[in-house]
Amino acid sequence: MQTSASTATTQDRIEVKNTTCYMCACRCGIRVTVKNGEVRYIEGNPEHPLNQGVICAKGSSGIMKQYSPARLTRPLRRKPGSERGAGEFEPISWEEAFTLITERLARIRATDPKKFALFTGRDQMQALTGLFAKQFGTPNYAAHGGFCSVNMAAGMIYTIGGSFWEFGGPDLERAKLFVMIGTAEDHHSNPMKIALSKFKRNGGRFVSINPVRTGYSAIADEWLPIRPGTDGALLLALIHEIIRLGLYDRDFLVQYSNSAELVNLDENSSEYGMFVRTEVPEEEGCFDPQNKLWWDRNTNKPVVTHAAGADPFLLGEFNLKDGTPVKPSFQLLQERVKDYTPEWAEGITGISAATIRRLAHEMGITARDQKIELPIAWTDAWGKEHETVTGNPVAFHAMRGMAAHSNGFHTIRAMSILMSLLGTIDRPGGFRHKAPFPRPIPPCAKTPKGPEGVQANTPLGGMALGWPADPDDLFVDEKGEPVRLDKAFSWEYPLAVHGLMHNAITNAWRGDPYPIDTMLIFMANMAWNSAMNTVQVRDMLKDKREDGEYKIPFLIVCDAFQSEMTAFADLVLPDTTYLERHDVMSMLDRPISEFDGPVDSVRIPVLPPTGECKPFQEVLIELGSRLKLPVFVNQDGSRKYRDYPDFIINYETEPGSGIGFLAGWRGKGGEKFMRGEPNPRQWEMYAKNNCVYHYHLPRSYQYMRNWNQGYLEWAQRHRLTRYAEPINIHIYSEVLQKFRLAAQGKSDGRQPPDRLRQRVDTYFDPLPFYHEPLEAQLSDNARYPLNAVTQRPMAMYHSWDSQNAWLRQIHAHNYLFVNPQTAQAQGIADNDWIWVESMHGKVRCMCRHSEAVEPGTVWTWNAIGKSKGAWNLAPEANESEKGFLLNHLISEELPANRDGAHLSNSDPVTGQAAWYDVKVRIYKADAGEPEQTSPQFTAVPSAPGTRKVRPAWQAYFAGKGKWK
Amino acid sequence: MEMTQLALVIDLNVCVGCHACVTSCKEWNTSGQAGSMSDDRPYGADPTGTFFNRVQTYEIGAFPNTETLHFPKSCLHCEDPPCVPVCPTGASYKRKEDGIVLVDYDKCIGCKYCSWACPYGAREIDEHQKVMKKCTLCVDRIYDQNLPEAERKPACVLACPTSARLFGDVHDPESVVSAAIRENGGYQLMPEWATKPASHYLPRRKTRIKIHADELSRADNPLKKERQLPQPGKSEPSLDDVTSW
Ligand code: SF4
Ligand code: SF4
Ligand code: SF4
Repeated sequence: MQTSASTATTQDRIEVKNTTCYMCACRCGIRVTVKNGEVRYIEGNPEHPLNQGVICAKGSSGIMKQYSPARLTRPLRRKPGSERGAGEFEPISWEEAFTLITERLARIRATDPKKFALFTGRDQMQALTGLFAKQFGTPNYAAHGGFCSVNMAAGMIYTIGGSFWEFGGPDLERAKLFVMIGTAEDHHSNPMKIALSKFKRNGGRFVSINPVRTGYSAIADEWLPIRPGTDGALLLALIHEIIRLGLYDRDFLVQYSNSAELVNLDENSSEYGMFVRTEVPEEEGCFDPQNKLWWDRNTNKPVVTHAAGADPFLLGEFNLKDGTPVKPSFQLLQERVKDYTPEWAEGITGISAATIRRLAHEMGITARDQKIELPIAWTDAWGKEHETVTGNPVAFHAMRGMAAHSNGFHTIRAMSILMSLLGTIDRPGGFRHKAPFPRPIPPCAKTPKGPEGVQANTPLGGMALGWPADPDDLFVDEKGEPVRLDKAFSWEYPLAVHGLMHNAITNAWRGDPYPIDTMLIFMANMAWNSAMNTVQVRDMLKDKREDGEYKIPFLIVCDAFQSEMTAFADLVLPDTTYLERHDVMSMLDRPISEFDGPVDSVRIPVLPPTGECKPFQEVLIELGSRLKLPVFVNQDGSRKYRDYPDFIINYETEPGSGIGFLAGWRGKGGEKFMRGEPNPRQWEMYAKNNCVYHYHLPRSYQYMRNWNQGYLEWAQRHRLTRYAEPINIHIYSEVLQKFRLAAQGKSDGRQPPDRLRQRVDTYFDPLPFYHEPLEAQLSDNARYPLNAVTQRPMAMYHSWDSQNAWLRQIHAHNYLFVNPQTAQAQGIADNDWIWVESMHGKVRCMCRHSEAVEPGTVWTWNAIGKSKGAWNLAPEANESEKGFLLNHLISEELPANRDGAHLSNSDPVTGQAAWYDVKVRIYKADAGEPEQTSPQFTAVPSAPGTRKVRPAWQAYFAGKGKWK
Repeated sequence: MEMTQLALVIDLNVCVGCHACVTSCKEWNTSGQAGSMSDDRPYGADPTGTFFNRVQTYEIGAFPNTETLHFPKSCLHCEDPPCVPVCPTGASYKRKEDGIVLVDYDKCIGCKYCSWACPYGAREIDEHQKVMKKCTLCVDRIYDQNLPEAERKPACVLACPTSARLFGDVHDPESVVSAAIRENGGYQLMPEWATKPASHYLPRRKTRIKIHADELSRADNPLKKERQLPQPGKSEPSLDDVTSW
């Protein structure tokens, strides 16, 4: 391939390589032109399925990330005698670093492996980091999902068996109406932009529901400003209206959800609130056995679901022969939403009842009257043949805006139910799954069930993160107390499927549930924008016990850049950039699958590592080998894998399983996919094929996959799933009811500690309900009347890009955006310095009037503000002088309340960090106050190995040898 | 009119303000024929640098009827460019063959007359090289035979994730750009200045759904199967009960 570099002469050395972007989590295919060893141009790869040749602002600025002065290039040790946080380091060799870590970790592993905690941030290698933690034997592993969008994953997966972003999304190619709610613009970035534009050009109608009108919302046909944290009320009112008018897809609900299944309503029964079952299935597993009952309209009798010729009632109440009162779960849903009228929701959301009704009508009528029929024959899981695939063209997308609230789980359940009522799940024009989803509700992976799963010198007895199906799946001791440091899968946050990284440092500092010894943080800025309560978390990181030892005795940080976090490390490991490494976007993790089939992809190095940088993958494989963790060594204890590329080729989930990190070109000669022996030339084959493996499912397997026999059997054969049973939608969640029954003391088996009974009883409601976010319940709403939220700018990825000379010119500092009405009520003019204050803290910043935000909300761009000297910026840089973080106003823990003390400021079901629950007030700063953001932090020096000189100006020109 | 006039057409109906066009332009051009493009205080206070294309965001109207508009702007390659005649050295010129307005750095003396003359603020002086710089329509890409034909387009056009940026000959009625202008109400910026900008913008367009009341009731309403009707029950009061004539 020949890409011109325009000013190339014949002596110039031009190389062009395909790899995968990592300027954000979207993972677009890129083509990188290197001229005389320097990056000339990074463009979208036109042959890549994800971004189809386009690229975003971040991706186009990769050059300035590669040559950023904030890059760490040498392993560093905190200078003896210096304090944590001061950022005083001395370089050491990798050998010294490895020796140090290996000694320490070997000791921990031989005594109490849970004293080692591994938490990772925006990494795209959770399959490997998770494997390392499991092999080490520690339960204390999680990535950033708990403080990102776990409510979205859990709420949807526990309802429809799939979720937005990596695992599914809106089919905008076929949709006619698209409703986007609270979406961060960095999730599925370019594919969403591509699809949105096509959708609009094809005449689709785009409605955006968001307190703020920026980015995508700007091009919406209608913007519905909503008060933060009230989406649940809106969705429940939409469900109310759709059921009231009969605008739901009855056939879909009957066949493909548990709507018609009969629920036992005998209050004295231990089966209260559970589906009535005809018989116990022969095989138990993580699937829904088809042994429930319908009440048949034709015979007016109970029948087994999907019985031939039966047509069940969705509404009504009945008595079984033995007198047991039962109702179809849809009847319970109707009763639940009876009082959730549009008028009720108007008062909560700020959206008028008339608008809510109109929106419900638009959804219902579009779904019903604009049906799509694709001439694709398929067979359902009950053996019934269908000549066509039907679609109801109403699509939704939502992300963190809905998720990051303490009521987010039920809100997202409500959304998933609305999507199901409209008959849009895995159908054209609605929501479509992406492999490896759909998975059973919930998926099969489980953690150990108790402390016995953690043993010295032994891999963990289960996954560190799993999907509880009932209280017996919790990871708790005999008193019902947590085994994990972050208390995930305990009664405090039973379905914390991504962990609670946001509480890891506080818990370790407090020694609750226990103190730890060593924490390894990869790529997470826990001393800044990834922490709630940043000021105090920074203090905890350097707090000492009475004997002078740090409360968290040893802290290792691996990052490519000098972030705020690195200053607190005892040991800093310099990671490479994405242009300098191998990587896999694995089917075992979060692949880049498309609607039409599984896709995974790789990164291959375009440049050699800078300085002594080493990819974190190599670090893990080296440590795994030195520690002799079983999968990384041969039987004689010798090292098994030469390096990461070798590991990727040869590792199998079990010896001979044929399942590895990469699904493409398996088998000796690359002739197999998904399953097959290791192929020594797998990397080359990826490199030759745009770094992507894309399997296109036969068309008859591309839709209705929860119930598509062909697909389910295919998925089982290719080991995406263990079972090929249908995955019925959980309109009514028996999983939640099981926890509630335990809390009520009605079931045998595990019971919550008494202090948490009421909490579990309340929040484990089998049907979605609306409650005010917890912080609003516990704070003085008259004093703090405003909601404060952040948005993610499209030209920055979290805190990552302030070290990028081009991107920081787009966002060098941030403002608090305030509706002029709200500002003027406080006498605040545009550009005034103001204070924003919550019950937890206050921040001084600059105000910008904006008509594009609802008056009860103030907002700012996330993570633009920086601590002085971090990211190797000059002390006078805008980021620390005028930029600010909202995190200082947000606590990682709730004020002590009836449910107890030290509860995480999180969703009580999933442990999702409730970032957007915070309530604030604003007022003008005094005239005499400095025009500088507050709080300020002592500047840290440039770390050894980063570039010392900050030029007064620079002019990048590739290929002249000045930047290598 | 028959001459070629290359230009951009920017569809404000789909532009999401992502800035891909801004930085892809910078990365292509800084190491290209029109480069370099310098950055002042790249890691210090108030960083600023040369960009050939910038996106501004405007709010229009008052809450709740607010529109947020993202507005990318680069040289419009005017057909009657005021920046050309003011140039004392002939450095600023308009190409006959394709209408692109360019600056010859070898002739430019950095006097800035052209940037004062441009009503659109499209030109930026490079304080270090002391020459005037601006969008070249990626003239070093669009004729490059080494590139596959599909890629002989400006960097910003290829990058734009929403394909909001169309590129072509606005004098050719058959081109995509002419069709887009014709069919979607394409307009020029500040036509009263008589600069005749070659690049055009396409306005926002709204899609609405009209719901007729009678679409809400249907004979096959699924509630009927539940022995429930989406209408008042028979026991509720009616006119029939109270009128006696
Ligand atoms: S969307 Fe993300 S992955 Fe794609 S080009 Fe932009 S930064 Fe890279
Ligand atoms: S790249 Fe396209 S969508 Fe993004 S700002 Fe530029 S014109 Fe708009
Ligand atoms: S936009 Fe300005 S610089 Fe470009 S041709 Fe017109 S007047 Fe000249």
